[in-house]
Formats: sequence, structure tokens, C-alpha cells
Amino acid sequence: MARVHLSNVDKSYGSIKVVHGINLEIEDNEFVVLVGPSGCGKSTTLRMIAGLEPISGGEISIGDRVVNNLPPRHRNISMVFQNYALYPHMSVRENLGFSLKIAKQSQAEIDKAVDEAAQILSLTEYLDRKPGALSGGQRQRVAMGRAIVRHPEVFLFDEPLSNLDAKLRTQMRTEIKKLHQKVKSTIVYVTHDQVEAMTLADRIVIMRDGYIEQVGTPLDVFETPVNTFVATFIGSPPMNLLPGRVMNAQVALDGGPVVPLPDQFVGKVKDDQAIILGFRADNLMPVGYSMPMEGTHAEFDMNVNLSEPLGTETLLFGSLAGKEVMAKMLNPRPVKNGERLPFLLDLTRCHLFDADTQQSLR
Amino acid sequence: MNENLKHRIQARILKIAHFVALFIAMAIICIPGLWIVLNSLRPTVEIMAKPPVWIPTELNFDHYVAMFSGVGEGGVPVLQYFTNSLIISVTSTLIAMLVGMAGGYAFARYKFKGKAVIFIGLMLTRAVPGVALSLPLFIVMAKTGLIDTHLGLILVYVSLNVPFTIWLIDGFFRQVPHELAEAAEIDGCTRWQAFWKVEFPVARAGVASAGIFAFLTSWNEYALASQLTRSTFSKTMPVGLRDFTSEFTINWGGMCALAVLMIIPALILTFLVQKHLIAGLTFGGVKG
Repeated sequence: MARVHLSNVDKSYGSIKVVHGINLEIEDNEFVVLVGPSGCGKSTTLRMIAGLEPISGGEISIGDRVVNNLPPRHRNISMVFQNYALYPHMSVRENLGFSLKIAKQSQAEIDKAVDEAAQILSLTEYLDRKPGALSGGQRQRVAMGRAIVRHPEVFLFDEPLSNLDAKLRTQMRTEIKKLHQKVKSTIVYVTHDQVEAMTLADRIVIMRDGYIEQVGTPLDVFETPVNTFVATFIGSPPMNLLPGRVMNAQVALDGGPVVPLPDQFVGKVKDDQAIILGFRADNLMPVGYSMPMEGTHAEFDMNVNLSEPLGTETLLFGSLAGKEVMAKMLNPRPVKNGERLPFLLDLTRCHLFDADTQQSLR
Repeated sequence: MNENLKHRIQARILKIAHFVALFIAMAIICIPGLWIVLNSLRPTVEIMAKPPVWIPTELNFDHYVAMFSGVGEGGVPVLQYFTNSLIISVTSTLIAMLVGMAGGYAFARYKFKGKAVIFIGLMLTRAVPGVALSLPLFIVMAKTGLIDTHLGLILVYVSLNVPFTIWLIDGFFRQVPHELAEAAEIDGCTRWQAFWKVEFPVARAGVASAGIFAFLTSWNEYALASQLTRSTFSKTMPVGLRDFTSEFTINWGGMCALAVLMIIPALILTFLVQKHLIAGLTFGGVKG
């Protein structure tokens, strides 16, 4: 059980800096997910915590120890790799017990720990197989088993589900969540999949180009993104962003309708300020097919160019202010392409970003 | 219907052609070897017969008996040659494999200055025909007093084999995902343990094949050995074959008998190591 503390951690390869002085405090037993597009430095950060990558500057501590220069074996961590990295020449049993064998534990202790881990992950019947004879999901479980068998202070997961098919991924996601509840340990998890991040994390760390953009609970980052990057990265479909300008306590979208300034931004914007209006598809719905909207809302007509029925709802692609925007239709009826419908925009759930800095004006 | 029949006949003809081609290829490879075994077992008259006698009338071990008997009765110091060959081949192979593993691992895993140049340089040494080295080697060995010693030949074979073992082992370590060693390090291994407990066992097929190649090269090498050895105390078996030639005659039967003795250890070794050569060892641990 341990906290992980990163302060001003830098990483450069030669003259190229890939991680820029990040600060992060991970609490004991917390499930933290690092998420971001590829090349954002999330995996590098994880590998620096693991000790597989030396850090170029700053300080990393696990528990009360500064681990900057400790090799991985002295950090009391375990890690699940994207490609599992199971030892192909050992049986599942030997794979699971390898770390304990290296630690020179007695065979009886090893057997006990291996059986326990196998039980948790329902691997008991596969213990004598080689990794080559296992399916993808089973290999994934062995990799997790190898991690839990030593009861480390911190678990590190490096995109562990990205090699699985969609169905298995959802299943394993649930298993990882259950595992966290069972083993009660600090987990740092790297993924590029924002759905994984949202469903698993106690807190999400969104990274871009080696910087941390925002840290917060899944709902925090979903509901109050600090900038347009987070707004479009978190949530599916991504948030609609429309450029506009503040005029007389109203927002005039460039080449589009004028909507009232959302209450939550009154006093936070200047007149004639260039802004970006952000809203999710869930907050733009056709009249008669929407959730009840309590607060202020705007109403305007929009052409629907394309519809994607999803069953309980339909995704509508329309054009507003010269941009493509996505809307949702509840209890849907078939929509013809090119049909013009009246839409309601829930202003209480809208976001305003500064057009220059892309930062939230909240 | 007709069309189906035609395709079936075509497929069958192709299969037969395949078989015939394979048979011819295997015959070309195997017949010289079998001819040597056959000749070692039959009288000289039959060996020299023209036209050749394909089906032997009489088989015996006379050539083998003669080879192991005294000097006057057509014998050669087989055991001494065998010991020389064994010492030289085994030692040079072990050294070449150790160096090859260290070098191959370094080339596969680490980045360092001049890596490409060093690698190409190593490969270029393979482009030099071995015989071209015989005179310079002879002079060097003569000056250093290493001529006609085991050590001299061992050094030569190590330098001949090392570029090849490095190249081969490098290729095999490249196929071992580096995450395996990282996983081992996280599991508590030192860098050294990670290599011996995980990476080496996974790549051992490659190391074994490099070993076979190195061993066979030193075991069979003739040109340089014939220059650098003089006496019974350092001559290897290929050089020993020349003992059967005298001014006017060649004892083909004896030569073939010694050749068979030479082939046997090489065959045994190949069979022993064969199971390690079976590929597919690296599959499974890492999602492909």
C-alpha cells in the first residue's frame, strides 16, 4: 500500500523532451488512469515509475522512499504489459511463481500464492499449460496473475486491454475493476481509450505532448473540461465546438444562430470576446425527442445530413454555423437525410472556451 | 465434370513431379555420403572397378581394422587426430558462442556509437576467402610460435566463427521481445538474471544453431588446418585424411573409413541439438 508522488518529472531523449516537469500525487489504494493520444508521454511516465526508463529530472517517490535511481526490482511494483510479456518457455504455474522464486521463497509458499492467484483469476485448470496454448483473454489473466501474486505496493498497467477484441475488452475491464476492489492496491493504468479511463478510474490524468492537461474524477473531466482538448478527448461522441463571439450578453455563432449567454458564464466574458461554444450531443436534441430541459435553452432549426440509429437513441449529424455538429434523438423515429428539424440546446450544460488560449472560461 | 477430372489429374501429376524433383535433390545430396560409407566397407578392387560396381558383392571392416593397427600395416594415429579435432573444435566453439552471445545481445539490445559500422565490418570479414588468409596466418603463427599447436588453430577458428555467431545470435535475440526482460526485472531479477533466466532460454534455439554451425566449421575445416599443423600432436581429422595418400597411390578405402569416423560425431551432435532447433519457442508469450 503506497502513495506515488511525482514532482517535476522530466524525460528527454537527447535534445527531445517528451515529458515536461509533471507533478502528480497518487493516493494510497487509488486507481489512477493516465490517458491521452499516442505520443503524449503517458507510457513513458508509467515506465519511469516502474524504473524501466531513467528520469531526466525531478523526483519520483513510492511510499516514503525516493526511488529515482532504484532498479525496478527494488521498487516493489508490478506491471502488466501491453503484449503481456509472459515467459514463453515456462508453464502458467511457473510464470505466476517466477517472482517468488527469484525472491527465494519456499516452494510451499510459492504454491500457495500461485493457487490463490489462479483462483482469483479462474486460471486453475490452465496452470500446467504454456502461454502459447492459451487464448488472448487467458494470457491477459496470467499477466495479471503474475502481477498480483507478489502483493506489490503499486500495480502498473500499460494498455493491457488494447490487444483484445471488443467483447473481451469489456469483460476484462470489469475484471480489472473487481480485482482492484479485491486486492486494494494503488493502481496506475495507462490507456488511450477514454471509455476505459472513464469506467475504471477514481481519477483521470489527461496528458498531451508531455504535459498534464487536467486531473480529476471521471465526472469532473467530463463535465468541466479545462480546455478544448480535454473537451473533445473525453466523452463519446466528442464535444461539438463552434466558434463565435460574445455580443450584448449573447453568443453569436460565426455564420449561425445567436443564442443567449449561458448563465454560468455571465460576468466571466467580455463583450466582443472571441469564444468557442462547446456542447455535447446529449445536450442538443430535436424538439419532441429530447430530455426535459429545466434551465435556459435555445431553440433553432437545423438540417440533418445523416443519422445513425443506435436503438434507444439516434445520433444525428447536422450542420450548424457551417460546421458539422452531432445531436442525439431520444425515442427516435426514422429521420430522412436532409430533413430540417427544430432543435433544443441546453444552455446550462454548455461550455465556453477562449478562442485564443482554448482554455475554459468557467 | 470433365473440368473437375482434368484438375484432379493435374493435381496428381504435379504431386508426382514434386516427389520426383525432391527425390533427385535428395539423391544429389545423399549419394556422395552413401558412396563414402559404401567404399569404406568394401575392398579396394571394387572401389577402383570400372565401370563402377553399384551393388557390393562383399562387405567387411578391413579398412577400419587396418586404420587402427600399427603404422606399418596402413594404420594412422586416428585416436590422436580425433582428440586433436575434439579439443580444437569444442574449445573454439565454446569461445565463439560466448563471444557471439555477448556480441549478438549487444547488437540486438543496445544502441552505441558506430554500431552499424562495426556490424558491417564483422560481416565483411566473411567476404574474405579463408584460403587467402593462409599465408598471412602462417607467418603470424610462425612468428608467435603458435604453429603446430592446438591454441593456434583454436584462435583461428574462433576468429572465423565469431562474426557468424554474432550475426546469427543477434537475429534470434531481436526476435525476443524486450518486454520479457523488463517483465523479469520487475519480477525481481537483476539485468544478469533476466538474461539467463528469461532471454537466453527463449533464444536458445538460435544459440544452439549458432553452436552447431561453429562446431561443424571447425570440425570440417581443411585448408587452414593443413597449413598450420605439422605433427600428429596437432593435426585434425580432415588433415589426417592426407595420410592415406602416398607418392603413387591413394588408399581410398582407408580414407573413406576415416571420413565416416569424422561424420559420426557431427551427426550425433546435430541429432542431439536438433530438438532445440525446433522453432516456435518464442511464440505465445507475447501477443503476435
